[in-house]
Amino acid sequence: MIKQDIGEYKHIWIFVEHKDGKAKSVSFELISKARELAEVLGCEVHTFALGKKVKHLADEVFRYGANKFYFIEDNLLSEYKTEPFRDAASYLIDKYKPEIVLIGATTLGRDLAGTIATKLNTGLTADTTGLDIDKKTNNLLMTRPTFGGNLMATIFCPDNRPQMSTSRPGVYKAVEFSVEGEVVEESFKFNKSNYLKTVIDKTLESEEAVNLNFYDVIVAGGLGMETKENFKYVKELSSILGGTWAASRKAVQMGWAPQTRQVGQTGQTVHPKIYIACGISGAIQHQVGMKSSEIIIAINKDEEAPIFEIATYGIVGETGKILPAMIDLFREKIKKER
Amino acid sequence: MHLLVFIKQVPDASQVRVNYNTGTLIREGVPAIINPFDKHAIEEAVRIKEKFSGTVSVITMGPPMAESSLKEALSMGVDNAYLLSDRVFAGSDTLATSYALWAGAKKIIEEKGDVDIFLSGKQAIDGDTAQTGPGIATRFDIPLVTYAIAIKDIDLKKRTIEIVRLIESGAETIETTFPCFITVEEEINKIRYAPLPYLIRAARATIKILNTKNTKIDSSKCGLKNSPTKVKKAFTPQKRERGEMINKGSMQDTLNFLYENIESTLKDMGKI
Amino acid sequence: MKRKDFDVIIVGAGPSGLAAGFVLAKAGVNTIIIERGKFPGSKNVMGGIFYTKAMDDLIPEFYKEAPVERHIIEQNLWFMDDVSHLGVSFKSQKYNSEPFNSFSVFRAKFDRWFAKKVEQMGALIINETVVTQPIVEGGKVVGVKTDRPDGDLYADVVIGADGVNSFLAKQLGLRNKIKPNIVALAVKEVIGLDKEKINDRFQLRSDKEGAAYEMTGPFLDGMEGMAWLYTNSSSISIGVGVVIQDLIEHKTNPNDLLEKIKAHPSVAPLIEGGQTKEYLAHMIPEGGYYATPKLFTDGFLTTGDAIMFVNNVNREGSNLAIESGKLAAKTYLEAKQTGDFSSKSLSRYQDKIRKSFACKDLSMYKNMPKLLEEKRYFLTKYPQFFIDFVYDWFSVDGVSKPDKIKKAKKEFGDKFGYVNFAKDLYAIWRYMIR
Ligand SMILES: Cc1cc2nc3c(=O)[nH]c(=O)nc-3n(C[C@H](O)[C@H](O)[C@H](O)COP(=O)(O)OP(=O)(O)OC[C@H]3O[C@@H](n4cnc5c(N)ncnc54)[C@H](O)[C@@H]3O)c2cc1C
Ligand SMILES: Cc1cc2nc3c(=O)[nH]c(=O)nc-3n(C[C@H](O)[C@H](O)[C@H](O)COP(=O)(O)OP(=O)(O)OC[C@H]3O[C@@H](n4cnc5c(N)ncnc54)[C@H](O)[C@@H]3O)c2cc1C
Ligand SMILES: Cc1cc2nc3c(=O)[nH]c(=O)nc-3n(C[C@H](O)[C@H](O)[C@H](O)COP(=O)(O)OP(=O)(O)OC[C@H]3O[C@@H](n4cnc5c(N)ncnc54)[C@H](O)[C@@H]3O)c2cc1C
Repeated sequence: MIKQDIGEYKHIWIFVEHKDGKAKSVSFELISKARELAEVLGCEVHTFALGKKVKHLADEVFRYGANKFYFIEDNLLSEYKTEPFRDAASYLIDKYKPEIVLIGATTLGRDLAGTIATKLNTGLTADTTGLDIDKKTNNLLMTRPTFGGNLMATIFCPDNRPQMSTSRPGVYKAVEFSVEGEVVEESFKFNKSNYLKTVIDKTLESEEAVNLNFYDVIVAGGLGMETKENFKYVKELSSILGGTWAASRKAVQMGWAPQTRQVGQTGQTVHPKIYIACGISGAIQHQVGMKSSEIIIAINKDEEAPIFEIATYGIVGETGKILPAMIDLFREKIKKER
Repeated sequence: MHLLVFIKQVPDASQVRVNYNTGTLIREGVPAIINPFDKHAIEEAVRIKEKFSGTVSVITMGPPMAESSLKEALSMGVDNAYLLSDRVFAGSDTLATSYALWAGAKKIIEEKGDVDIFLSGKQAIDGDTAQTGPGIATRFDIPLVTYAIAIKDIDLKKRTIEIVRLIESGAETIETTFPCFITVEEEINKIRYAPLPYLIRAARATIKILNTKNTKIDSSKCGLKNSPTKVKKAFTPQKRERGEMINKGSMQDTLNFLYENIESTLKDMGKI
Repeated sequence: MKRKDFDVIIVGAGPSGLAAGFVLAKAGVNTIIIERGKFPGSKNVMGGIFYTKAMDDLIPEFYKEAPVERHIIEQNLWFMDDVSHLGVSFKSQKYNSEPFNSFSVFRAKFDRWFAKKVEQMGALIINETVVTQPIVEGGKVVGVKTDRPDGDLYADVVIGADGVNSFLAKQLGLRNKIKPNIVALAVKEVIGLDKEKINDRFQLRSDKEGAAYEMTGPFLDGMEGMAWLYTNSSSISIGVGVVIQDLIEHKTNPNDLLEKIKAHPSVAPLIEGGQTKEYLAHMIPEGGYYATPKLFTDGFLTTGDAIMFVNNVNREGSNLAIESGKLAAKTYLEAKQTGDFSSKSLSRYQDKIRKSFACKDLSMYKNMPKLLEEKRYFLTKYPQFFIDFVYDWFSVDGVSKPDKIKKAKKEFGDKFGYVNFAKDLYAIWRYMIR
């Protein structure tokens, strides 16, 4: 391994992910966290964005305390494709040599980060939920769940720079802290013939295709929903709470939900703020997919159901009775408070 | 057509238990399985092969016991199986792993010809990084398509492929050219019950061993020592405490109690 | 041309199928073994006492390499009532030398190892595949159907080594449905315990030495059955098997029976502090010699548990299975010389089985099941009487020893009648020894 001169590297960089020019909240969360880290390291927080039109994001990142905003605008970056994003990002990082690069652990972020780290020949820590500075060495300590959340590992990257991590959305709080930042426009000469991918179709999220990880509230139904018809409660409650709905494998097998909405070992792993399990027994294969949710609310008629072992709040009862009442309650409360 | 699938042998995560006293995982007696997503990658490769004719190769990097996973892959209809196994690989992070697998794949290309489609699982259920696939694709400098849920179309003449992949807001269909690298989700297919002739061929097949001696793998890029990321410590997360059962006198009381308890969270989340 | 994929298809990779496969493959016969489990032994996750001889003939000094637990140096037979046991114990240094008489083994490990050896000899083993029926053409077995797509296979001979439920033999009309009075239901547990504790409790001098116990008597409430306990390296196997008919008649659940045994004052201290690691229920053929069905037909041989080749008196099974597997393979090899796989040619198998040590053993005990069915009190009243007598004998209660004998003699006479006792002795002699 070629040792780098790691002393050259300075400042913390945050990748500003956006969708059609609107920044994702994880970017602000990471800026806020980076400010804490920067204080320990005595450095600045810088941000970078790529796209067709992204300059306007500068104001937003400065509002959260970023000191600099780098960006590249190019038609080739109008929609996300791994390779041009990879090349543009690698170019910027290689040129400015930040000490730390943080990217939101979103679908896009996790697709992109591995390719950048490989290009830059540096270490990348996946999907972290904790970031710290080792006061002795000034190394970044990155803590992440593995084995489906059963084991936590603290990873560091002592000899390579930048130290890179994808960081899980929703872990840190975005705190406003306005500063006068500096905007730096950059450009990258894309060799167009290198990019062999076209997006020929985009379908908006549907019953079938959904990325559960995008949501902070998930209402999931299991065999205890009893009928496909009853899944309407699950869907309605999730929409009132501004979340999405999901299912256990048995419910998927019954044809009550598409496989894309399955949570668990062979479905998606989710960690929303609130997970409501309705008529789900809590088999270990289901648990590995959801037990790192912050609040788990379980409704089950069997008070011995294993789901109650991990539930924050357990309600013993019939899904068919409790869910309609819950829908009414939340509908009313949420309207009132607004 | 030549398809190459990367598979990892993992402990069956659903059977791994946590010892909260020692802060370690109890892996004793836990069966080793093919990473569930990788099985779907194998299945997809075999289906493509059956439709367009060609061969499917698989490679795994791991200890000698990983052979059993290769045998299983063969019985699913794979034609060639390679075990990349050498002491120097131990402790590799994803940068080192993707380097070794890339170098191993180049050896397979030397032996069996150019690869049109590389496949891997989206993520391993033990390491959970989802970084190995992107790493290999980058080294080959070929288009990467992650989180694939369907292969819609393959045009052998134009050497193009249409893939549906999950994105945050739904799904998108990508067209790209061979060679390319696809990481797959579970819903890309249903694993079939393999025909008996596949199993018989698998029982007869031999597994080829690759190591630093018979490939051009540079061992100074492999293993714990040469991996940029290191594990400082590993510990078990705090055990999720059993919460409270909140049944009150009436259902309305129960639900009101629930609401009071999560009100502040809902506020933080901007729901109310 | 007639289709032929292999010379021989063996159904089932238990000890008998593997032994047959070993002998055949070694002789260069193109052999395939079809097993429905994930791997050989996976359907038989626990172990047993494995008698060495049959295996040692096949693979000399196999125990140096095979995954065995402990060799057994002490055998015990206990008659138990609810609170006592009366035991016969035999421990000998003779059991401490190679090739060892018997071992405790875990089948999941042992069968897997054995399967590797068979594969090394050149046989193919296909797992996770269920044979669904024999293919019969012109009255001759020519192959098997499996549950896999493109799953038919053809061969000169099919060997049914598919265990106690052998549905191949059933489908071919070689045997009737198993009656509940000739099959026992066994439940078994493996209880994890430190090596040192085991050595201490069973007075063993190393982790390699082991002890075995068999238990019967009135605690079974008159049901025909046997309980057993033996030591593995760092665990204890304990189980009980009872004839199914008796379970039905006594409305007894074998799990409850096992719990009762585990709580028995003579047993509990042996397993105290252990953690149950595995649990299993399974059937054992108990019919013995008379239950053995027809062993062959055109193009077909059957072995092991499938022919009820089990010595339930001495708890042997896997070694007999190996023996029968070997003999089936030898029969095939002889038939191959003439290319005649008809029923007539394969009938040599029957002779071989009859001449084997195993069959002689079985024949010796052949009337045991019937005897026990007729004279149920052999298992209850006699043992109870002797237990009570011994209790009385050792109790210091002011009654002199000669008086105790006198009293016992009288009670015995009243209870059983001396003439009846003589008859019973004669019955045992006639049924068993001859
Ligand atoms: C290799 C493997 C991978 C797997 N992967 C997954 C996975 O990814 N995700 C997954 O979810 N599972 C997975 N499973 C399956 C898992 O083991 C369970 O079978 C499944 O999670 C059970 O689904 P369930 O809770 O809906 O059904 P059940 O276990 O049948 O539970 C139904 C529950 O509903 C309750 N109930 C019934 N009626 C009512 C009512 N009217 N009101 C209230 N409660 C009621 C019952 O008390 C019960 O607790 C996997 C299994 C294997 C072997
Ligand atoms: C507790 C812990 C934490 C770790 N954290 C990190 C980290 O943050 N960053 C990091 O770089 N490394 C990390 N590692 C090391 C990492 O787990 C290994 O490098 C591993 O070999 C590959 O990563 P993965 O298991 O996450 O696989 P993924 O990258 O999630 O696997 C994706 C796909 O790549 C293919 N694949 C993966 N491994 C192999 C293989 N050996 N052979 C063939 N195909 C394969 C499979 O198709 C698989 O589905 C960690 C290891 C441990 C034990
Ligand atoms: C609880 C218990 C305790 C015992 N203890 C002892 C002991 O201490 N010592 C001893 O020597 N013996 C013991 N035995 C007996 C011994 O286990 C058997 O006698 C022996 O396993 C018989 O070997 P086998 O090869 O005939 O059949 P099995 O070992 O039963 O093997 C049959 C194989 O065929 C497979 N099979 C069945 N049907 C099909 C099909 N249709 N398609 C494909 N595969 C199929 C099965 O999965 C199985 O692997 C015990 C048995 C039991 C149940």
